[in-house]
Amino acid sequence: MPQYANIAVSILFDGLAYAMFLFIVSVGLSVTMGLMGFVNLAHGAFAMAGGYFVVSLTTQLGVPFVPALLISSVMIALISVVFERLLYTRLYKAGELDQVLLTIGLAFMAIATFTYFYGPIPKSVPLPSWLEGQVNLGFRAFPTYRAFLIGVGVFLIAVLWYTFERTNIGAKIRAAVDNRRMAQSVGINVDLLFTATFAVGSGLAALGGGLAIQLFGLNPSFAVVYLVLFLIVVAVGGLGSMKGTLVAALVLGVFDTAGKYLLPDAGGFFIYAITLLILLVKPAGLYGREQ
Amino acid sequence: MAESNKAMSPNMTPNVTSSASPAAPAGSTTVQAARARAMEFMANRHRFRAWELLPWLVAFAAFFIFPDRMTFGSQVLIMVLFALSLDLILGYAGIVTLGHAAFFGLGAYTVALGAARLDWNEPISGLFAAAIVAGLGGLISGWFLLRYRGLTLLMLTLATGIMLMELGNYRSDISGGYDGVPGISFKPLFGVFDYDLYGRTNYLYVLVVLFVIFLLVRRIVYSPFGQTLTGIRENVRRMHAIGSPVHTRLVTAYTIAAAIAGVAGALFAQTNSYATLTVFDFDTSAKVMVMLVLGGTGRLYGAFVGAVIYMVLEDHLSKMSPAFWQFGIGLLLVVTVLFLRRGILGLFEDVAAKLFTRKAKS
Repeated sequence: MPQYANIAVSILFDGLAYAMFLFIVSVGLSVTMGLMGFVNLAHGAFAMAGGYFVVSLTTQLGVPFVPALLISSVMIALISVVFERLLYTRLYKAGELDQVLLTIGLAFMAIATFTYFYGPIPKSVPLPSWLEGQVNLGFRAFPTYRAFLIGVGVFLIAVLWYTFERTNIGAKIRAAVDNRRMAQSVGINVDLLFTATFAVGSGLAALGGGLAIQLFGLNPSFAVVYLVLFLIVVAVGGLGSMKGTLVAALVLGVFDTAGKYLLPDAGGFFIYAITLLILLVKPAGLYGREQ
Repeated sequence: MAESNKAMSPNMTPNVTSSASPAAPAGSTTVQAARARAMEFMANRHRFRAWELLPWLVAFAAFFIFPDRMTFGSQVLIMVLFALSLDLILGYAGIVTLGHAAFFGLGAYTVALGAARLDWNEPISGLFAAAIVAGLGGLISGWFLLRYRGLTLLMLTLATGIMLMELGNYRSDISGGYDGVPGISFKPLFGVFDYDLYGRTNYLYVLVVLFVIFLLVRRIVYSPFGQTLTGIRENVRRMHAIGSPVHTRLVTAYTIAAAIAGVAGALFAQTNSYATLTVFDFDTSAKVMVMLVLGGTGRLYGAFVGAVIYMVLEDHLSKMSPAFWQFGIGLLLVVTVLFLRRGILGLFEDVAAKLFTRKAKS
């Protein structure tokens, strides 16, 4: 295989894995923001907390990696409901400044708490042997873990797509995103729907956080450093649109990876430039509804 | 936000409406009378009150009480100036931005690169250069970005700030990257006052700059222009309806605030003799917003109270443990949003109002 084709395949593959991570974490954020218009800057903190739970479960309690991922997601989903009921509900009708401040505050507290218990040094997680090494797909070998990540992403996309488009709950969510008051007046309990979506979204964030440990390492500042990326994916995709989140995650994931392969010095410059361009042309995001 | 405005000026609304609507039903004499009343009201509002001396007396007293903490003191004053610039757009015009650090950084890098690469190390002309560069940045980015609102605006301002940081990192041959601009020094002020080890010259220098800019901001805020900003914050649609050029007003305010933030950044680079890319950080934007909200938005002196409390707490708590401090600031934010929505100054006002009414009843 010629050199440039090899690089192109690597970029696509790594970009795809990265995009799956972005999608898994951001999709919950997008739907909850679309439902309530709530700017949740603590979403990254849920992902970070999920990652640390996975670390604790695997290294201290000896739980295997995949069950640990699931347990940690469920735990974070439950914890997030407590936050949502106690704090977030008070600010649904407030301005975005209040929401930004409250959730930044929560994110800072989370970072401090996890720094206190786990220290600032990046953590890693023991992987089962079947996720290590390379897997050969016929024409070349790929890192197994990234292939696994892509597989998980594709599976989740299928499940979420089915739930969103083919089930009663999905129809209710779409109705509430489109027009909350109308949905309420035809008898949909939007508050309950929101709490449930919020829990699932936070659980997915935790899953993404757990999956990301192997890619980027995990330290407490994860909550803020990657938050910007999640917000960008949500804003570029359009609030409340699953399709938009997926497209935005793919575009940004692949472009960011390409930028890092081809122009490593420029760092993340490209994805911010692309974000600015897309939002200047389409302020509501690629698939968002213009106000 | 609406409450804070009412508290500041209990009888503003009727006067302003009557002056803004020449087509009042009554005859021309009442219109003139109303206009005169409005002008008198505006003049009264603008008048200095005795308590406004207090922060300056405190700042001046600090110079004599803590002679060995002047380096820290000048950092506090710089953050006051930075928070003041944010107050103009966030507190008065209601623009929620997550990228205000971009202008602070532009100012800091203007003087730092000027001194390191061009041998331009005269401090006061450096401040003007920083104001112009940051102001231009504000004008250009504001022109594009201020058409948007809500989450889109948040993301756009955030992305602009980070993009500047990434750009600086990309051209680290010019900017010095995260290690900072090396080896910068500045000429004595006016060629006379040299910098001493304890930073006393710096403190007075920053204090004077802050005072001059504060007078300017105060003038802007109480001017008719400042009133249109408040109007835009309270009700954009109505401002459009009465024919106010909303976008131009917002861009003007954004440019002024950017220039002031640039001066704050320039002072930061001059007093510390360094500038690193961390000034563009999301943390810097968040920090200044926290300070302002803590003190109280849209009330000028909120920047003073908030920045001083934040910096002193940070100085004490982060010595114990940085994690402890970060937890504290997060908790402070949550408590402020939930219980102290109008900041510490707002709390004072509420308490004062309560005491006052109780006295009046008895």
